[in-house]
Amino acid sequence: MAQEKMNADKMWLTMGPQHPFSHGLWTLRVEVDGEIVTDAEPEVGYLHRGWEKECEQRDYQKIIPMADRLCYSASMTWSHLFCKVAEEALDIEVPERAQYLRVVADEICRIQSHLMWLAAVGTDAGNLTIFLWALREREFMLDLNVRLCGQRLTTNYPRIGGVRNDMPYYFERDCLRGIERFEKALWDIVKLTDESSIFVGRVKGIGHISREECANLGITGPAMRGCGVDYDIRRDDPYDAYGEMDFYVPVYKDGDAYARFRVRIEEMFQSCLIIKQAMKKLESIPKTAPYRLKVPKAIPEGTHMARIEDPRGEGVMYLISDGTDRPYRLKVRSPVFVNVSASKRMVQGVRIADIPTVMAMIDMCLGETDR
Amino acid sequence: MSYNNVQDWIINREDWTPVEKLGETFGSIVDISPYAGYNLPYDVGVKVWESLGGLIAWLINLIVPGNPVSLALVSDWFTNALAIVVMVVVIFAIGFVTNLTMIWQERKFLGRQMDRRGTMIGPLGYLQCLGDGLKTFMKENVAPRAIDKKIYWWGVVLVIGTSVLLACMIPLSPRWYIVNYNTGLLLIFAFFALAPFLIMCAGWAQNNKYSLIGGLRAAELMISYEVPMLILFAATVYMTGSYNIGEIIQWQEDNIWLIVPQIIGFFVCVVCAIAESERVPFDLSEAEAELVEGWQTEYAGMKWGLIMLGDYFRGFVACALVCIMYLGGWSMPVIESFGWYYQYFPELFMVLKTCFVFIFFITARGALPRVRTDQIVNVGWKVLMPLAVINLVITILIKWVVDNGGVF
Repeated sequence: MAQEKMNADKMWLTMGPQHPFSHGLWTLRVEVDGEIVTDAEPEVGYLHRGWEKECEQRDYQKIIPMADRLCYSASMTWSHLFCKVAEEALDIEVPERAQYLRVVADEICRIQSHLMWLAAVGTDAGNLTIFLWALREREFMLDLNVRLCGQRLTTNYPRIGGVRNDMPYYFERDCLRGIERFEKALWDIVKLTDESSIFVGRVKGIGHISREECANLGITGPAMRGCGVDYDIRRDDPYDAYGEMDFYVPVYKDGDAYARFRVRIEEMFQSCLIIKQAMKKLESIPKTAPYRLKVPKAIPEGTHMARIEDPRGEGVMYLISDGTDRPYRLKVRSPVFVNVSASKRMVQGVRIADIPTVMAMIDMCLGETDR
Repeated sequence: MSYNNVQDWIINREDWTPVEKLGETFGSIVDISPYAGYNLPYDVGVKVWESLGGLIAWLINLIVPGNPVSLALVSDWFTNALAIVVMVVVIFAIGFVTNLTMIWQERKFLGRQMDRRGTMIGPLGYLQCLGDGLKTFMKENVAPRAIDKKIYWWGVVLVIGTSVLLACMIPLSPRWYIVNYNTGLLLIFAFFALAPFLIMCAGWAQNNKYSLIGGLRAAELMISYEVPMLILFAATVYMTGSYNIGEIIQWQEDNIWLIVPQIIGFFVCVVCAIAESERVPFDLSEAEAELVEGWQTEYAGMKWGLIMLGDYFRGFVACALVCIMYLGGWSMPVIESFGWYYQYFPELFMVLKTCFVFIFFITARGALPRVRTDQIVNVGWKVLMPLAVINLVITILIKWVVDNGGVF
């Protein structure tokens, strides 16, 4: 009797699209040998909504709120990036006050995005206290967003040639208070995670990627800095007022999940530093200074590119304009879309229990990945 | 007293430890009782039936005077049978209410730890559990098609069943027990160790990969905590010289709470008990981050609700075991010197102590992330096991010194 031979040693496990670890709608198919993962295959695209094509039907001004919707927790940087590419096409310099306001808004966005990530790490590691503490702190950051932009998540704040509005009254005071409070509260969460031997044991030594693989796969952002690549667009190719900021770019050489964790945690502290400096600088700029330029609706013909340090990595927008008030083509390079391709490499050899913690360190955001 | 084998312990009914002085308080009913001593739930059962059955018998007797049914209703045999039914219900109800209290306690404590309010339904949020129970009860009973039906159903029934049985086997005081086994502690441990096997079967029967992995993890977890737990158990039994829970607590009452000589054992036991009840740092078999819901993935609706309830029953039993083995069970050193303690409070203090031990569990859940499968085996065999052995050695040394009239 002929029997078809079955590979009984290994099995494919489809984690997703609806799975507690995925934090969005994507699938990670893993091949497991017992508890050990031998192979993996990420599948994204469930959330594809034709964002780039949709942009071709809209005025440049109307793309800004759409850029907000690329990623729910990094909306500020994405709309900032779009404004930046449009400004580059128009070849204009943003007023100084707007530059600093953008820096403040970007860093608040970075902090709240990283806090969302930290909360997700908490649930992935199986501890709800981390989750709730991080979300509590994030709520204060979102309150700052509300004060500055009038909206929690999709802020719609940057404009081509500046920002929508100046700081509201007492924002300076609120922001500095919020940051001061946050720095203390973050130490509490660090105590709960970084000083807990179980947590460190969970993330240390898993999900290795080397510097070379990092370069080959095109990984950017905290995931790259965790592999020992000392590169941050804010410092190495400064945009807006970042050139005048004095901050430190955390880099770890280990390349494991723990290194990526540490990079993100330290980035939050650095963001606090940047906000403080920017606020100080904003004090010296007169309140009557312009915060927004008047710009033409149409962008001259040409191709333009801009990049920005998104909380998740390097966000790039490539704009082909045909001289009208609508883009001919607007291409988005999503950091997560590239970073998630490393999942195959990162989860090989770890246990099933490690998949959530390894993948959490990429900080998936499906809105920008699938666009 | 020494025995040749386990059967001897069980059939030798003479050495049940009667607590005669308690019976005098409430009025002894030793004549028809199957219990050698006074048993409060049984007494409640008798009193309930005496009034209820007596009323019915009296009413029937009014209509048909001198009938045999009335006589039968108030006969010793009938009273005894009904009393046992009522007693089982009472014991289960108290265990159930204790369980709900512990769920409420956990939710409130966790809420405070996580900077939120916890449950808010009812007085102090106490009624949330009832609401949740009702909700799971209303859910549709969904079962996947391609399952191994027999094992799927029996697995979950037995997991829940053994958990509830265990909770009912815990004596709350010298007068609050169902059967006073001389092998009580051993039996509880034996039933406790059944669940991982059933979970493994249930995980296999669901025809789901997550369930399968969860079920296998239950076995992996078991081999790591069960051995140190049994070594601790051996230390306790060696120290007190009995498997009988009543006698173990009596020994602690007479001498000292075992937490003092076996402080290492206490902490190891708390860790093992958390693992035994599969709670958060060690809930590998239902790790919701990677395995969706682990071995419970395909159990929907009321089945899942009962599994959760059973989990808390096991948590209650684990806490009660820590309490019995190390914290002197229902004995309270100072308070029990007042005469009224054993008349009114031992059950209450036992439950309170159990809830106190549960605080360790809750804190661990709030503070620690879930450990990995290989880490729990490492911890079990490289940390807990040596500590348990050290604890056993210390116990033996102390026992040897005391028996030989050494330093004490």
